[in-house]
Amino acid sequence: MRKINVLIAAVIIATTVLVSCKEKAAKHQEKEMTAKEHRDTNDHPPKGHPPRGEGDRKGPPPGGGGHSPEQTKTLEEIGGYKIGDVATDFELKNIDGSTFSLADIKDAKGYIVTFTCNECPFAKMYEDRLIEIHNKYESQGYSVVAINPNGSSENNGESYEAMQERAKEKEFPFVYLIDEAQEIFPKYGAVRTPHIFLLDNERKVQYIGTIDDNARSANDVKVKYLENAIQALEKGEKPNPNFTKAIGCPVKPKRA
Amino acid sequence: MKCSIPKFLTLALILCFTFSCKDEKTKKEEPNKSLVENNDEIAVYNFDELEPLLYSSDDEIHIINFWAMWCAPCIKELPYLQAFANKNSNVKLTLVSLDFAQEIETKLKPFLAKKNIIEKVILLDDPDSNTWIDKIDPSWSGAIPFTIIFNNDKRFYYERSFENLTDLENEINKNFNL
Repeated sequence: MRKINVLIAAVIIATTVLVSCKEKAAKHQEKEMTAKEHRDTNDHPPKGHPPRGEGDRKGPPPGGGGHSPEQTKTLEEIGGYKIGDVATDFELKNIDGSTFSLADIKDAKGYIVTFTCNECPFAKMYEDRLIEIHNKYESQGYSVVAINPNGSSENNGESYEAMQERAKEKEFPFVYLIDEAQEIFPKYGAVRTPHIFLLDNERKVQYIGTIDDNARSANDVKVKYLENAIQALEKGEKPNPNFTKAIGCPVKPKRA
Repeated sequence: MKCSIPKFLTLALILCFTFSCKDEKTKKEEPNKSLVENNDEIAVYNFDELEPLLYSSDDEIHIINFWAMWCAPCIKELPYLQAFANKNSNVKLTLVSLDFAQEIETKLKPFLAKKNIIEKVILLDDPDSNTWIDKIDPSWSGAIPFTIIFNNDKRFYYERSFENLTDLENEINKNFNL
């Protein structure tokens, strides 16, 4: 009787061990499969480059510089606005189909003109913070005006439709405009996403730069550059600093 | 006789344990080994740790390239940098990735293996970029790719991508004796 008991116990334990290991193996396989898929999707050099650029390039410009049209200029060469310049208004298409201008915002005390896009990880990391800033300051007269300088029908991830989708997903409370002709971002001098230009009520540029000092973690932010700048304007003061830098995705000029 | 059956069973059980799990372990490790050889360790630096690498007292040519997997023009020029390093063993190329430290194993290493990037990659994880961008080059906007080419005598900054291998070679030949 005892023998049988021992035997049964042994068989049960043995089966458990076998099964549990098999399960582990199966799980592991599954994991590896998803990892692989992940890798694959990552291999396609992401976004941006509309393939057409490759074919119709005219070769390096004369002088043998071979400069890429991608991001070839230093800060000074890029130009764009400096603090105190009056920024241009514009007419750009919003994701709701309407045409939007800064002048459409009545009684604005300022404008948080934000060059951003759909797919850049830095732009994404700041989406929630932009929403928060808009919700906090819109009633005080400062609205976020988001412009996608990479918006292009040739780029699936940054197409007008993709912008509409992203705005819906995140429930953007602000306008999200497409600069498809790429005429506005060079005037401002936006070189990366996200890139903020805070204008006062006369559209004078009062702050250029980043939102805060920690893109990756909102919880670890020590200095909220943009909010400090807005609050300075509210008090009738000049923002300090009025210019900051950050790592961001390059704005992608279309190839001519 | 009463005793020997349990003993036998225990032995069988132990065998069962060892075999069933061992087999699986060996299988697990194999595929990764071949994947990454040269960049199997990617160090994560903050700016203070990175800064010494941006200067050199030897007379070799150093190329420091700031890039990331999320930056399309960066990815496009990586092969030219790698090809240049392959051709010029006296040039020291360091690729400073601005990718996310959490993605080293899951994305960065597989990416490098796939692209045959064997030059040294380090990852800069320092959120306060407003401070360190200016320390590297005050005229750098923060957009990447960004490349520094230097020796103990001269340094040149490129806030642009290199169009092809020739473009990179021309820039270096213009300023240095290879």
